Amino acid sequence: MTLIECENLTLSYGNNVVVKDFSLKLCSGDYLCILGENGSGKSTLLQGLLGLKKPARGNISFVGLKQNEIGYLPQKTSIQKDFPASVYEIVLSGCLGSMGVLSFYGKKQKNIALNNMDLLGIGDLKKKSFKELSGGQQQRVLLARALCATKKMLILDEPCAGLDPIVAKNLYQIIKKINNDKNITIVMVSHDIGSAISHANMILHMQNKPIFFKTPKEYCESLIGKRFLGGV
Amino acid sequence: MSDIISNILQYPFIIRALIVGIFVSFCAALLGVSLVLKRYSMIGDGLSHVGFSALSIAVAMNWAPVVISIPVIILTAVLLLHFSEKNKISGDAAIALISTSSLALGVIAVSITSGINIDVFNYMFGSILAINQSDLTLSIVISTVVLILFIISYNKIFAITFDENFAHAIGINVKFYKMLLAILTGIMIVVGMKIMGALLMSSLIIFPTLSSTRICKQFKSVAINSAIISIVSFIIGLVFSYFFSTPTGATIVVVDLLIFIFYSLVGILKQRI
Repeated sequence: MTLIECENLTLSYGNNVVVKDFSLKLCSGDYLCILGENGSGKSTLLQGLLGLKKPARGNISFVGLKQNEIGYLPQKTSIQKDFPASVYEIVLSGCLGSMGVLSFYGKKQKNIALNNMDLLGIGDLKKKSFKELSGGQQQRVLLARALCATKKMLILDEPCAGLDPIVAKNLYQIIKKINNDKNITIVMVSHDIGSAISHANMILHMQNKPIFFKTPKEYCESLIGKRFLGGV
Repeated sequence: MSDIISNILQYPFIIRALIVGIFVSFCAALLGVSLVLKRYSMIGDGLSHVGFSALSIAVAMNWAPVVISIPVIILTAVLLLHFSEKNKISGDAAIALISTSSLALGVIAVSITSGINIDVFNYMFGSILAINQSDLTLSIVISTVVLILFIISYNKIFAITFDENFAHAIGINVKFYKMLLAILTGIMIVVGMKIMGALLMSSLIIFPTLSSTRICKQFKSVAINSAIISIVSFIIGLVFSYFFSTPTGATIVVVDLLIFIFYSLVGILKQRI
């Protein structure tokens, strides 16, 4: 089932075109990994999908999914490190998207938050302060928050940046599990090519427009893939 | 103790100042939580300078001060947010620019017309004697509105303060709530300016949150603590200034400072243990 369809999407900052003539179809259960060099338009593309950036041309259509029903894990740098907030407060805030003007959390929201915290193994951190957590724990909290916002799709912007290899591997496994068990579509920007190839079912290589968009296996055999993997 | 209380409460002007002050410090502290944590503290400072300028021009022209300054300050709040959003001029520089220019305009307006008279002086450094019945009504009405809006939007304010991008992505109207915060802050500043003085008013917004964040680990406890600190330091400051004839606004700021130092020490001690 198709969830998102982009047609000739162009995103720009002023006159500076960052993403050009982008077309893409995403179905439920897909696991898409977006690779590319710095400044190749990966994060901007995510912002376009999330509605944080208005398209200069082209359009994005949503089928069976509203734009604000996407769970989002932003790049780590966008969050203040010393912010006084408990894990529970942060995870709960993921539920706000589906609520109206009067946004008081009810039993339903609290259950969603607690379930997602258990799923990510952070149930016992409920009352802990965000700033006291390790990098890996913080990412789990933000992932739990993202899960509260969606039933169908997660958009993750470099979820494992700055994490040590063991913690990163754990987080990739959790993401894969969410993808498999809950049939949630994953769209991830990553620089970690190894795990991208082993988990994703589609690889998109960006250079301000898609220059490769096929399966991981084909990516490994392609010229771009080999160059990026450091083979040639 | 009861002697002191009855001694103070025999003057109607003190009772008026007490009520206005408690309402204003309560609301300013709540608004401050989001402003300080979002690194927008200087917006409060900038707005209070603009408020002073608007008030002094109004006094010079013989217009009703509050009627002039509230729209001016709302306009400024909108402009300040717009600047810091567009990044054309960086946020802090934009605020410095607006606040010094407006202060300059205010001072010129005052010197051309009346000179620094008692009215203008009161608006700069605050005076509890100047609080009249209409200030009382205005502060109660506006504080109630602020409180209701704050409670209704509390969870959304948290989401926006913590992570604006995420809040936007899940469909919260970030621009609207930021604008609402800035406008309410502006109005709060105009209301509080008579007691605190334009130059000291922003301390009511900034100090309580800054003190609370020394020891609080949750957003909710920061909010509650700030409100309590704010009211307590206002009452202590007012009582002290009454008995020792010190300027009220300045005394309150000093109490706030002492509380900040105390909380910082407790925070450091807590980390050591």
